[in-house]
Amino acid sequence: MTQLGNNEILKAVNLKKYFRIGKDKKGPIFVRAVDGVNFSIRYGETLGLVGESGSGKSTIAYTVVGMYGPTSGQVLFKDQDIGMKAVRRPLSLKKEIQIVFQDPSSSLNPEQTIEQILSLPLRLHTRTPNRQFKEKMIELLEKVELPSEYLYKFPSSIGGGEKQMVAIARALASNPSLIVLDEPTSALDVSIQAKVINKLMNLQKELHLTYLFITHDLSLMRNVASRIAIMYLGKICEVADTATFFEKPLHPYTQMLISSVPVITEEEEKLKPKKVVSIGEIGSPVNPPSGCSFHPRCPFRMPICSEVDPEMIEVFPEHTVRCHLFSRPEETGSKGV
Amino acid sequence: METKENILLSIKDLHVWYRAYGGYLKVLNGVDLIVREGERVGLVGEAGCGKTTTMKSILQILPPRNFLIPKGEIYYKRKDILKMNFSEIQRLRSKEIAMIFQDPTAALNPVFTLGTQIGDVIRYSIALDRGKVRKEKIRALSVKALKEVSLPDPERMLVNYPFQLSGGMRQRVCIAMAISSSRNLLIADEPGTSLDVTIQDQILRLLKEIVEKKGTSIILITHSLGVAREMTDRIYVMYAGTIVETALTKDLFKNPVHPYTKGLLASVPKLSGGGLAKGIPGRIPDYLNPPQGCRFQPRCEYATPSCVETPPQLFEVEKGHLVACYLAQR
Repeated sequence: MTQLGNNEILKAVNLKKYFRIGKDKKGPIFVRAVDGVNFSIRYGETLGLVGESGSGKSTIAYTVVGMYGPTSGQVLFKDQDIGMKAVRRPLSLKKEIQIVFQDPSSSLNPEQTIEQILSLPLRLHTRTPNRQFKEKMIELLEKVELPSEYLYKFPSSIGGGEKQMVAIARALASNPSLIVLDEPTSALDVSIQAKVINKLMNLQKELHLTYLFITHDLSLMRNVASRIAIMYLGKICEVADTATFFEKPLHPYTQMLISSVPVITEEEEKLKPKKVVSIGEIGSPVNPPSGCSFHPRCPFRMPICSEVDPEMIEVFPEHTVRCHLFSRPEETGSKGV
Repeated sequence: METKENILLSIKDLHVWYRAYGGYLKVLNGVDLIVREGERVGLVGEAGCGKTTTMKSILQILPPRNFLIPKGEIYYKRKDILKMNFSEIQRLRSKEIAMIFQDPTAALNPVFTLGTQIGDVIRYSIALDRGKVRKEKIRALSVKALKEVSLPDPERMLVNYPFQLSGGMRQRVCIAMAISSSRNLLIADEPGTSLDVTIQDQILRLLKEIVEKKGTSIILITHSLGVAREMTDRIYVMYAGTIVETALTKDLFKNPVHPYTKGLLASVPKLSGGGLAKGIPGRIPDYLNPPQGCRFQPRCEYATPSCVETPPQLFEVEKGHLVACYLAQR
């Protein structure tokens, strides 16, 4: 059995999640949403998980919080295997991992007041005496800078940013150590996004939280994550700490992604790798391309790419890449870097 | 000053209200906008600020019986669109102005093949002048349009249904429909927003190429300042139904004047890092009872008593750079 490193809070080992969508003559057909993923999250850090739609980032999030059970592989959390669905998880474990969803209008029950929404996790996970209940909820609202009269409001009567703040307060109610943020601001306007993100970052420092932050917005990732893992068709292509990731991206897909981001200053323009222009379509997770799943879109592809799926290689310390360009040391110098 | 001739579209003091429970939603409150021939204009603003309403009123596709235009003029080639009769508007829609919508999946009809849908657009625009058109000609023109948006295997694409295509390819088909019969003005309503970053990049590059090649004017509606910066010559910044600032793209990013534009620019996360700014406190006003004066004033940190009373007019701070703010006039 794999062990957690001493500063790791969560680790996924060869995690796979397939969804059966039908069958044909050869047998059942699967969507390979997550196809053999290894990553770890350290205490107090923000691991950014980036990828395009359908790359499996939300599936990973849902597997971590137990909405799905993995098809195979392990998820370890504080030396515990949590590869089971939430119904089988003990309360003490559910309390530790919470999630904030993308769209606050659909993740908050429209028929409940904020008070009712916040009281459920408090009742389930904490031993708050009845007379302190209200105090506790007001405290939670204060943490996300909402006034106490919001307790009696319905989600429909408050703004999108405030709704997301309530969703964050709900996640904080059980005193978790890991919060999964599944695109927490992509439904919000930029002027409101800034406020929510700043609040999240302050809360992390204050309460020593660990975040698994999922987004497709690379510029946002640059400002919030301490390490970034990038996903393409159910597999992780590159993991590095944030600064290296943007300054020296190694994987051709990372380079393509960074050069596709629309930016607003000259300074940012200089950061973009110029040589990789986005071509082709994202493949299908039902029938992923043979070998490296990125090879049909890759500008540096070699014959080997369509045959053999590359392994994760640690090119520099703390910087791993899954690409054939780096698996053969003699080519590392001439290409890609 | 430029001559009157090269102005293609000009919107003057446009007000649009929607009927709602308890009164009218006063969404557009005096929008002024000009598009010159061959110009790429960006219309930037946050969700619910009236960008799409402005564009829909150009094409007269606002929800029927549910809106009111109490005031305003929209001139296209010096004819007021709001005073046109139905057949003139039909001609405008099929020959002059085309719109590309945000979500290609919703824009295409799922039960007809692409060939039928593109063919209809082409047939209609030719039939306006010449009556019946031969099937072969329509087919040839459809294939040509699909080739222009670099879709692979256009012949076969014609018998496909929208669900057989990926999001990026669907948006290419929508662009093909928009450019199929030569147009003078393209309105692109968030053309890449529903797509992934790398695919959005492809679509925007394609749109830019086409516009440059054909010399078409384009109005690009977007909420992303980054997209606007890369795609446009001139930008209008919109807030709660009013134009708050307009300038050449490079001037706007170098020297934003309106507090809203400044706040918006500071809120965008930078690829170079450095954390996020505070954002802008508050939210977009209630359109049922919008603020009397400047509509941004409740969220503005520089608000003065005069901002509460009367809305500021657009004021020229330098050539071609107009700002609707009392701060700029001082």
